[in-house]
Amino acid sequence: MASASIPEKDQLASALAEGLASISSSSSSDDLRALMSALAGKKGAIAGVKSSLGKVTDIEARKELGQAVNEALNALQKASDSRLRELRAGEFASQIQADRVDMTELAMSAEASRRRGRMHLVTQATERLEDVFIGLGFQIAEGPEVETDFYNFEALNMPPSHPARSMWDTLFIESDEPGSVVLRTHTSPVQIRVMQEWPPPIYAIMPGRVFRKETPDATHMPVFHQIEGLVIDRGITFADLAGTIESFTKAFFGEGFTSRLRPSYFPFTEPSAEFDIRRPDGSWIELGGCGMVHPHVLRAGGLDPNEWSGFAFGFGIDRMAKERHGVNDIRDMYSDDIRFTEQFS
Amino acid sequence: MKILFSILREMADIPSDPEVVAVALTNLGLAVEEMDIVGTPVPGVVTARINRMEKHPDAAKVTRCFVDAGDGEERHVWCGATNMQPGDIVPLATLGTKMPNGMDIARRGILGIDSEGMLCSEVELGISDESSGLLILPKDSPLGVSPFEVLGIEHDVVFDLDLTRNRADCWGHLGVARDLAAHFGVPLNGPRVDVGSLGAEKSLPVVIDAEENCASFTVSYISGVKVGPSPRWVSSRLAHLGMRSINNVVDASNLVMLETNQPNHAYDAAVVSSFRVRLAEAGETLTTLDGQVRTLHSEDLLICNDADNSGVGLAGVMGDLHSEITETTTTLAIESAWFSPDPVRFTAIRHGLRSEASVRFERGTDPNGWVLAADRFVTILRETCPSATLHTGATVVRTSHCPQPIDVQISVNAVERMLGIRIEADRIVAILNAIGFAAKSNGDDVTCVVPTWRPDCAQSVDIIEEIARHFGYDNIGKTVPNSTVHGRLSNMQQRRRILRRVLVGLGLDEAMPSPFLAPGDLTDVGLTEDDVLRLANPLVADESILRTSLRPGLLRSLRYNQSHRAPRVGLWEIGHVYPKSSAQLPNESEQLAIVVAGGDAETALAQWNAICDALSVGAQLDQSRVPSGLHATRSATLARGKKVIGVVGEVDPVVLDVLGIEGRVSILELDLTTLLNEEPKPVQARDINRFPSSDIDLAFVLPESIAATNLQRALRQAAGKRLVSIELFDVYRGKGVAEGSRSLAFRLRLQEEGGTLTDAILADVQKSCVAAAEKAGATIRA
Repeated sequence: MASASIPEKDQLASALAEGLASISSSSSSDDLRALMSALAGKKGAIAGVKSSLGKVTDIEARKELGQAVNEALNALQKASDSRLRELRAGEFASQIQADRVDMTELAMSAEASRRRGRMHLVTQATERLEDVFIGLGFQIAEGPEVETDFYNFEALNMPPSHPARSMWDTLFIESDEPGSVVLRTHTSPVQIRVMQEWPPPIYAIMPGRVFRKETPDATHMPVFHQIEGLVIDRGITFADLAGTIESFTKAFFGEGFTSRLRPSYFPFTEPSAEFDIRRPDGSWIELGGCGMVHPHVLRAGGLDPNEWSGFAFGFGIDRMAKERHGVNDIRDMYSDDIRFTEQFS
Repeated sequence: MKILFSILREMADIPSDPEVVAVALTNLGLAVEEMDIVGTPVPGVVTARINRMEKHPDAAKVTRCFVDAGDGEERHVWCGATNMQPGDIVPLATLGTKMPNGMDIARRGILGIDSEGMLCSEVELGISDESSGLLILPKDSPLGVSPFEVLGIEHDVVFDLDLTRNRADCWGHLGVARDLAAHFGVPLNGPRVDVGSLGAEKSLPVVIDAEENCASFTVSYISGVKVGPSPRWVSSRLAHLGMRSINNVVDASNLVMLETNQPNHAYDAAVVSSFRVRLAEAGETLTTLDGQVRTLHSEDLLICNDADNSGVGLAGVMGDLHSEITETTTTLAIESAWFSPDPVRFTAIRHGLRSEASVRFERGTDPNGWVLAADRFVTILRETCPSATLHTGATVVRTSHCPQPIDVQISVNAVERMLGIRIEADRIVAILNAIGFAAKSNGDDVTCVVPTWRPDCAQSVDIIEEIARHFGYDNIGKTVPNSTVHGRLSNMQQRRRILRRVLVGLGLDEAMPSPFLAPGDLTDVGLTEDDVLRLANPLVADESILRTSLRPGLLRSLRYNQSHRAPRVGLWEIGHVYPKSSAQLPNESEQLAIVVAGGDAETALAQWNAICDALSVGAQLDQSRVPSGLHATRSATLARGKKVIGVVGEVDPVVLDVLGIEGRVSILELDLTTLLNEEPKPVQARDINRFPSSDIDLAFVLPESIAATNLQRALRQAAGKRLVSIELFDVYRGKGVAEGSRSLAFRLRLQEEGGTLTDAILADVQKSCVAAAEKAGATIRA
């Protein structure tokens, strides 16, 4: 049963046609959104048709008209969605074009404004050494830089006027008792302090600043840094010393490196040794000194040599930093010159 | 210490390859610093006689020499030396010769007159480290032959050993040869000895007054002496070892010392025939062999001619000039003594006179070395003087202080406990015997006798070191201890590392200026010098004070960079300061300082906030206490109650002016002993409050005389427990705000526990905030 042609239906058809035409001709997403709220909103032509539904008395015709209104609205929405996608795509494309920056230019200004600071090469080397020794089971001990003669010499098996004291050019502090207070010439006094303060077993490294009365040159500074290692336990042997040096060598320098000990002399160790590191190319680095802690030193640290034994080793940190970064003159490392510092990230 | 390969090879049949010996020396702990091949003949250099000499009017500094190299042809050579005269025989480097230093001898001219070669010095021929002009050869030398042949200079190898302080015995070749002989498993022969037939008993009287300083004094008597030049091999070896040849007697004395480590002195027995060893009288003088008149100290030991009690030698250091051997000497008194090491060292230091003898005595010599020394002395002397006769009955005076051989007990187990490897008793005994430590075993126990030439060995660890050395460090093996300790950073060390990373994250570079300051450095930056420690022996006066603050060093580094076109540098340092305390050691502590060129108070506060955040610490900002040396109106003390933990703000412009630094400089200084040692408890989580929050914005006018923190504190208290956060979001000075005041706008975020905030509650909170602010001296801004 064909429904009678009613004027509302014609209105609807022309509103829809008009609406679809203006949707397809809309030129921006903002215009389209405004257009859609006009077309499908309460004041739009379709809404006008919808509001006149009540006036249609024929139930069938009303139903038919209601359905047509909904279809028209759906058609408008569909057309709008599709047109919106088109418009947005175009708009994003032009926004992206407009957003263009020169990333290399930004990188330059970012670098200028947000440069990270640098840690001193010696601090970097110290932390790397500490990390390796922590991995080998060591803790870290620290001690004062101004020391008594007792800790710097006497407890290390160098009684007053012991000739071996001349192995170190010592800087003395003015005091009522001349010669009794020194700037520590090595990190070894920390060994004694650790023995006195930490209950054994002790597996400790002692990095720190040391002082010698030496005129600065390309390879020497009056103030520089050493790291000392001390192991005190039951049944510690010279083979343990050699093995620990070997473990450190591989952990710090790499698997291709090996170590050797050769006889030497230090007043505070017996037997004493120098330890050298062999590079994969067969060349050697003379690194530092080591040995079994002398019984006199154990006693000075308050330990019974019959119960405890141990070894100690030590070497320069500055040289590690110097060699790692190919620094020609150690004085540059202590110049605080930003032109030097900022090379190292 | 220079050691000559040829002497070692005479003392023991060690390998002939010096490289092999060098490796062995290093493995024995006698580190070879350098190995020099010496006395290598230079092909093309021949002996030549200077026929005549001429000066050229236009070349004042050189002489024209006309020489005959034995081939009948007269050559013309320009020469810059002045020590030659016609008739001398000198080395001539002929055309085409390549000198040891790489120089090629070519036809070179002065004033258009060519030189047909070069006349040479010892240095140019590589014979010696020093020379004073041309090498003048003996008058009877043949012409046209190698000067090396004429001088008997032997091709040899010098090992320069970096001897450790303990190896006194290796200051003589014998000690080195002993170690090598043991290492290579060959017998030790020692120096060749051939004393001939001995003379009748002859004992010269000796009295020792200073028994502690001189524990042994021996005198051997030699007759039939004729003083003259040394054999060439003697002068050649002495030259290789850095000593000059004097005459056959003095050279024998020196060579014996270098070979056996027994310093000795030869007196003319016609002049000195009785000895007394005593301490010097303070002020007594002695003219030593170097020609210096020495005023003696009451602790200097003097060897005297007992006939008149006059000094003939500064014991252990140097002989007296007036009792030197002369050409007329025919009988010798050879003194070989043992002097106590420390007094010799102190005498050498007091007189600034470190001699070949003193370095040996101060390390410790062998009190029993004198017999070999005397025998070797006469053996060498007999080569140039066959009539020289050593007499029996040498005088030997010993005191109770004379070192004795020491018995030491060890065991296989003790060695294993120390080294971590089991070495059987037989092996231990063999090793010890090879180096002269007479050893015997009884089961696993070993007894040995430490020889008197090894003063460094006194207890079992010393013996174990000897065993390890000769067993070979490389053969001991490598094990790792079975540790029960866990490796970790302490809390303080962990926090220090966090701090370093915060600082570099802030774009600041770590500096490490010298901890030594010059007088005035501290006062220049507004600090006091009252509590400083001073160095007793500084390298330079500008480094004579130990710092009590990081500030002077850091500002110096900042200025340095500013003057090198880095105007906006930011530096930090974590380091120790050493203010004097009432105790023996200073009140040493670890500090942090940060300075930023071009930074202001806000820069420093932002750094402080970042540190507080990273380390979970805090302190009150007290602007009423102006830290000395800081900007009076732009800095504050960081305090916890009465305890000051740091300062923050800007450096006093007056200080900057004194230092020559341009612009503002921000500064933050913190006492890290306090901050790093804290162990903040982990923060406990709160549930997220999911009810909506509300913000209230309030702007107040506050007089400049009242600190913003007072207003903030009042608002915080008034808002009470509903306050989530309070933020100062705007500060305004100028039009609309009275002079001497500023507007501060705060945003308070509020939230109700367990419900939604009502408008009524918000209004209430706002009202009490305004009231509290007014009480604190602020007025709400219309």
